[in-house]
Amino acid sequence: MSAATGSAGRGVDRRTGNKLRSTEARLLAFAVVITVAAHVLLGWSQGPELPPSAIVTGVAMTVIAIVAHLVVRTMAPDADPTLLPLAFLLNGLGLTFVRRVDLAVGSDLAGTQTIWTAVSVAGMCTVLVLIRQVRTLSRYQYSLGLLTLVLLILPLVPGLTAGAINGARLWVDLFGMRFQPGEVAKLTMVAFLAGYLERKRVLLSVANQRFGPLLMPAPRHLAPVILATGLALVVMAGLRDLGSALLLFGVFLAMLYVATGRAAYPLVGLVAFAIGAALAYQLFAHVRVRVSIWIDPWSQVTDAGYQLAQSLFALGTGGLTGAGLGGGRPQDVPFSATDALFAVIGEELGLLGATAVLVAFLLLVVRGYKISLTARDEYGTLLALGLTATIALQTFVIVGGLTRVVPLTGITLPFMSYGGSSLLGNYILIALLLRISDESRGAARGRRIERPSRPRAGRSSR
Amino acid sequence: MMTKQIGRVATFTLLLFGVLFVNLNLITLVQSDTLTSHPANRRLLVREYAIERGSIVVGEEAIARSVETDDDLQYLREYPGGALYGHVSGYYSFILGRSALEAERNEQLIGQPLEVLAQNLGDLLFAPDQAGNTLELTILPRAQQAAADALEGRIGAVVALDPTTGAVLASYANPTFDPGPLSTHDAASIREAWESLIDDPQRPLVNRAIAETYPPGSTFKLITAAAALEHDRSPETAFPDEGTYDVPQTSADIGNFGGGDCGEGETISLADAMRVSCNTVFARLGVELGADRLIDMAERFGFNRSPPYELEVANSGIPKEMDEPSAAQSAIGQRDVRATPMQMAIVAAAMANGGRLVEPHLVRAVRDPSGSLVRETAPSLWDEGRFDSQAVSEPVAAQLREMMIDVVADGTGRQARIDGVTVGGKTGTAQTGGAPTVWFVGFAEQEVAVAVVLPEAGDDDTGGQVAAPIARAVMAAALDG
Repeated sequence: MSAATGSAGRGVDRRTGNKLRSTEARLLAFAVVITVAAHVLLGWSQGPELPPSAIVTGVAMTVIAIVAHLVVRTMAPDADPTLLPLAFLLNGLGLTFVRRVDLAVGSDLAGTQTIWTAVSVAGMCTVLVLIRQVRTLSRYQYSLGLLTLVLLILPLVPGLTAGAINGARLWVDLFGMRFQPGEVAKLTMVAFLAGYLERKRVLLSVANQRFGPLLMPAPRHLAPVILATGLALVVMAGLRDLGSALLLFGVFLAMLYVATGRAAYPLVGLVAFAIGAALAYQLFAHVRVRVSIWIDPWSQVTDAGYQLAQSLFALGTGGLTGAGLGGGRPQDVPFSATDALFAVIGEELGLLGATAVLVAFLLLVVRGYKISLTARDEYGTLLALGLTATIALQTFVIVGGLTRVVPLTGITLPFMSYGGSSLLGNYILIALLLRISDESRGAARGRRIERPSRPRAGRSSR
Repeated sequence: MMTKQIGRVATFTLLLFGVLFVNLNLITLVQSDTLTSHPANRRLLVREYAIERGSIVVGEEAIARSVETDDDLQYLREYPGGALYGHVSGYYSFILGRSALEAERNEQLIGQPLEVLAQNLGDLLFAPDQAGNTLELTILPRAQQAAADALEGRIGAVVALDPTTGAVLASYANPTFDPGPLSTHDAASIREAWESLIDDPQRPLVNRAIAETYPPGSTFKLITAAAALEHDRSPETAFPDEGTYDVPQTSADIGNFGGGDCGEGETISLADAMRVSCNTVFARLGVELGADRLIDMAERFGFNRSPPYELEVANSGIPKEMDEPSAAQSAIGQRDVRATPMQMAIVAAAMANGGRLVEPHLVRAVRDPSGSLVRETAPSLWDEGRFDSQAVSEPVAAQLREMMIDVVADGTGRQARIDGVTVGGKTGTAQTGGAPTVWFVGFAEQEVAVAVVLPEAGDDDTGGQVAAPIARAVMAAALDG
């Protein structure tokens, strides 16, 4: 559909788009160089020879970057130029540290993760090719809502389920592959909510029902949203995936607030969350354990509090500058390649490296909010906001968990942790953000013709 | 439209990340040292165990050495000497920490000055692979073995010194312990070994050679005699020979061991009184000389202070003020006078060394991994503050020495005699209620000085019968070769 761009705007488009894409290409090259350099340093920490993994990774990442770049250049020429490089940088560093864990514990996850990187970027490209207009997604909003529930229930279905792993039922075995449907369910849920809230936001903004001091909209408008989210949360609790439940609930509140402009929603949401949390604390032993670890990991440092304590030891021992790549002890930290990867990074790169990683996430998030601000329509705005909030909250929940800001729950660090489903989901998320930003920039210059937009003064060439 | 809300959500997100940043700084900077040195954090430990710790060598044999393992704790500490040197080497345990030389000479054993460790944990953490220095000890294996053999089955301790250099030739306390089981890499087996040692009523972890004081009994008469000789008395000075000495200010009179007089005649010389360990004479001397002179002499010989030594030595003590009955009791080594075997060995060594106190030492030399000398211990006299190492004048020391030789030649210490060797000594049997504490302190030539204590001897045991043969065995072993 973007091929249908008007000929009058073509010259402008190509030039500006080219400029953006050149920036992106340079940044991508930078991300690849950092990844390869990190691999080389990691190799040198083990011995004098240059490790073959550095070369393999370098070649693989370069090829993937070139393909991704070419697809974006063709399919979304006006897209934000920093999203892909930031994702790639985090992905590459994550790959390095997954290899680092491999070296420590004798596993071979980095090879698989490299393949998953290729698969995920292919997924991103597919989304860019298939979804030319992000609006088309809103047509399937109820299907997406249903799909969310199906995906969440999938791990409980006999024959598909991979059973409980580390206390949580999150995985399914499909065609011999282990997959975590929840990672995709996050996206479908955000897409569903974006469509739903866009349609109902005016209704929801009208508060004419008084609940004590608060003005609320009529319950019937709220019911489907609360129902869907409540269901998702119940399923999450059933799956024992507290981190995801927290994440989805937070994203839901953020989207609801932005759509309606009523602070009452997040406030009521927080109260509901507090009640829910208190209930969960009473009902579920594993919740009580998590909270007690959070309050005092030191008295149970050898059993329940072991992972959190080890994470804090890793970070604390790393100090300001870290032990250097290959100088830490990832083998002491449980789930070091997945949930606790950030602790490994902190131990070896120190406060400086850990901060750099967080800054990269922050940049990604800031770009996401900017895309949300400048989106062409409300659907795009809400979708971009939900997707961005997902990354932000997920990063906060896991990093905050590992650093004892919030109770530690098992959840991946976006783009970095080992795990194919998570990586694929995150690259699809990037694809959607790319698409939204491409639309808004293109529209701003009048690249698109199907849908009227609000051209900015002096920018329109139509 | 939704701009304001997006801005607020973005601000809230920034706030969340701000919390992460602040907290990350707290963990990595403020709490770093606490977290790094937390006992459950193995990182420092793994680093430390990656160092090939130096050996501790006695004679030609290592009594402690590090061997490489496949564990993530790279080096394992072994103690080929077993229990024989347990109190000297100490243990090196990742649960219990370190003791004795393993603790006191840790910085030499890991090849790094202590300051670096104390100031910056990171320096240890990120130090390159290194090997520590070897400690060569002054102990003579045959003397140490003789002490162990002689103390077999008894609770007691032996310290043997070179009287002129202060080199420790033997330091053994029974019961002892094998540091090996405490130094494995298996926490459960360490705890098991530790608990059985802790629960043992004979307290094998206590190094009785230096860590506990006992009433010195008649061996303290050497101090009393030294005070007397310095104050107008000679070995020939005659004292009344009586069955009991009527101590002033009290009805608790002092009698002789086994009752009766000390000699045949009306009077007895100081030398003879020493030879037969005559309580009445020395108790009288205590009162005559007065508490102050007695205290002063004891302090000059090292009481009320602690000898400089690689390992911590308990303070041997005499009260700072005493009335006459106390002086009488203290003069024969009873009541509140207490001494470590190490202290009494230093006293005996001074008699053989012209009245000079030596500083005892255990480490003869420190060598780096290539074998070259890092540090050699120079023999040193024990000068400390107002106390000169010359505890008594040479003539007084010579007189005391002769008196001690008499004790062995023809007195209570006959069991310490060695053919063809000049041996001097003094026996002691302290009755403090319950089992007696028996002693022998002495010297052979100017080659070895020794102190033997058996704090829980049998009711009929005396220093002369039980402790003297042990001293003899250790001195003979030290002289042999």
